Amino acid sequence: MAVFVYAENINGVYKKAAFEAVSYAKAVADQAGDTVTAISVNPTDSSDLLYKYGASNVINIKDEGLKSFSAKAFAQAVSEVADGNIIIFPHTTDASSVAPMLAIMKNYSLITNVLEAPESLSPFQVKRRAFSGKGFMHAKAEGTGVIVTVSQNAFGVKENAASGSEEVKNLSVANEDTKVVSHEQSSGKLDLKEAEVVVSAGRGMKGPENWGMIEDLANVLGAATACSKPVSDIGWRPHTEHVGQTGKAISPNLYIAVGISGAIQHLAGVNSSKTIVVINSDPEAPFFKSADYGVVGDAFQIIPALTEKIKAIKG
Amino acid sequence: MKILVCISSVPDTTSKINFTADKSAFDKNGIQWVINPLDEFALTKAVKLQESQGATVTVINVGDIATEPVIRKALAIGANDAVRVNLDPKDSYSTAKEIAAVAQNGGYDLILCGKESIDYNGGSVPGMVAQLLNQPFVNASVGLDVNGSEATAVREIEGGKETISVKLPAVIAGQKGLVDEKDLIIPNMRGIMSARTKPLQVVEPTSSEVKVQGVSYDSVPPRAAVKMVSPDNLDELVRLLHEEAKVI
Ligand SMILES: Cc1cc2nc3c(=O)[nH]c(=O)nc-3n(C[C@H](O)[C@H](O)[C@H](O)COP(=O)(O)OP(=O)(O)OC[C@H]3O[C@@H](n4cnc5c(N)ncnc54)[C@H](O)[C@@H]3O)c2cc1C
Repeated sequence: MAVFVYAENINGVYKKAAFEAVSYAKAVADQAGDTVTAISVNPTDSSDLLYKYGASNVINIKDEGLKSFSAKAFAQAVSEVADGNIIIFPHTTDASSVAPMLAIMKNYSLITNVLEAPESLSPFQVKRRAFSGKGFMHAKAEGTGVIVTVSQNAFGVKENAASGSEEVKNLSVANEDTKVVSHEQSSGKLDLKEAEVVVSAGRGMKGPENWGMIEDLANVLGAATACSKPVSDIGWRPHTEHVGQTGKAISPNLYIAVGISGAIQHLAGVNSSKTIVVINSDPEAPFFKSADYGVVGDAFQIIPALTEKIKAIKG
Repeated sequence: MKILVCISSVPDTTSKINFTADKSAFDKNGIQWVINPLDEFALTKAVKLQESQGATVTVINVGDIATEPVIRKALAIGANDAVRVNLDPKDSYSTAKEIAAVAQNGGYDLILCGKESIDYNGGSVPGMVAQLLNQPFVNASVGLDVNGSEATAVREIEGGKETISVKLPAVIAGQKGLVDEKDLIIPNMRGIMSARTKPLQVVEPTSSEVKVQGVSYDSVPPRAAVKMVSPDNLDELVRLLHEEAKVI
């Protein structure tokens, strides 16, 4: 059961999600008694980074036509080199666009949002996220080929060094249907779905002018920032920061919720965070029921003070 | 221009999610059903294109008769007509196959979907439909313009945005941002009345092949009781996060 894994890069640089997917693939390969082959499209990073997490072969696809992203062309490229019956993807935006197309090309089963190593390999059965984090599903693949996408921050990044070898494949996949017109990457901002610490705030912050203190706290923690839905609906924050059932689902190690009531739709996207801290002036706020640590009080006083204290210990 | 909008009927967002006693299925008792919220962005976008470009909008749902109220709601929002494929879908693949089968002969210029459904969170149907029809696919779309035989879609990427021109026909999966939240259409009385008489065609499924089975389901285990910390003792909070939870 050859295990292939798609190691996603952005502008040639491997993402944390790629290392997590390789770590997952290694766990599957160990179960299957086989090795991991990683596939990457036009990487500039060294393959050593993938050997470190257990890949023993790396196929670097070189294709000028794949310099910019197209779900279909990328699926075609992966399909040409992945000749195993298990293919692992991270559940990132790009990878989760490629995986369904590849599943049809290969006539494989597709199980997305996977949380843990498989419960069995034949049939392939695995636990996945469902109902927007309000439940879990144990999904079983029919047939022999399976593609999975691994939910970010669920399995974790695990070092497991293998000695590896690299192979370069020159492809020229037709990519005519879509063309990238422009690409804007805001530099220096931590990716919300990859972040291990997230500081999030809601309508309790009263207005966008008060977000400075949220950003300060995020900065000392090396955290990404997020928000509740009404906050992005009103335009206080970009909708890319909206977390919850209809926004992004995240599972950081630490989620700090400031001035967020904890509505069921909000919880749905954040309750798989490992540790939840809730800061709210209303002792009856429902979020306290789903928190590990709670502080009842005014965010405008607590956040600056907390930021100073964390700065001190981080010193 | 002909647009096909895929809609999924999902538990209302406030629903508590329970499973049957033997954990083999989702417990539908007492559940209110709504249009998948991400599909609503796609549907509203389609109705806007109907207004601005004279497009016709067909909604499609793969579901048993119980989903008809949700289809009528989509008609009340402004779709011209609807197709229901009479199958209680068991996985993304069977859903995608039925949508593609209907789309195959429909001559649609654009297929719009929500990027995932909030029940099973597969996020797979749109990409599968695109591949089954051999059409280009743009996922996580937060902006869309159509100009003749070409569309310009903006898609969200990690830490940014990308603008893509796409040759039609194509499949676009949208999310919040495709239209503004405030522009989502709430059906008025006229819409609701006219929805009753709009055509809703029921077709039988073409196959029953399933690729993934839900074997069993679990609820989320409850968290341990919250530890409250006084706002005057934030040192204690920092200590707990550092020493007990080990997250800072
Ligand atoms: C279809 C649908 C989908 C939805 N999807 C989502 C989703 O994905 N994500 C999401 O977040 N919501 C979602 N919602 C909205 C959700 O139901 C809630 O309305 C929303 O989460 C509330 O946001 P909030 O907690 O920021 O605001 P509010 O409910 O207004 O709560 C503000 C909180 O701030 C506290 N507060 C006020 N002042 C202070 C202060 N000085 N210091 C500390 N605390 C203070 C208040 O006590 C209150 O608890 C959805 C709703 C629907 C209908």
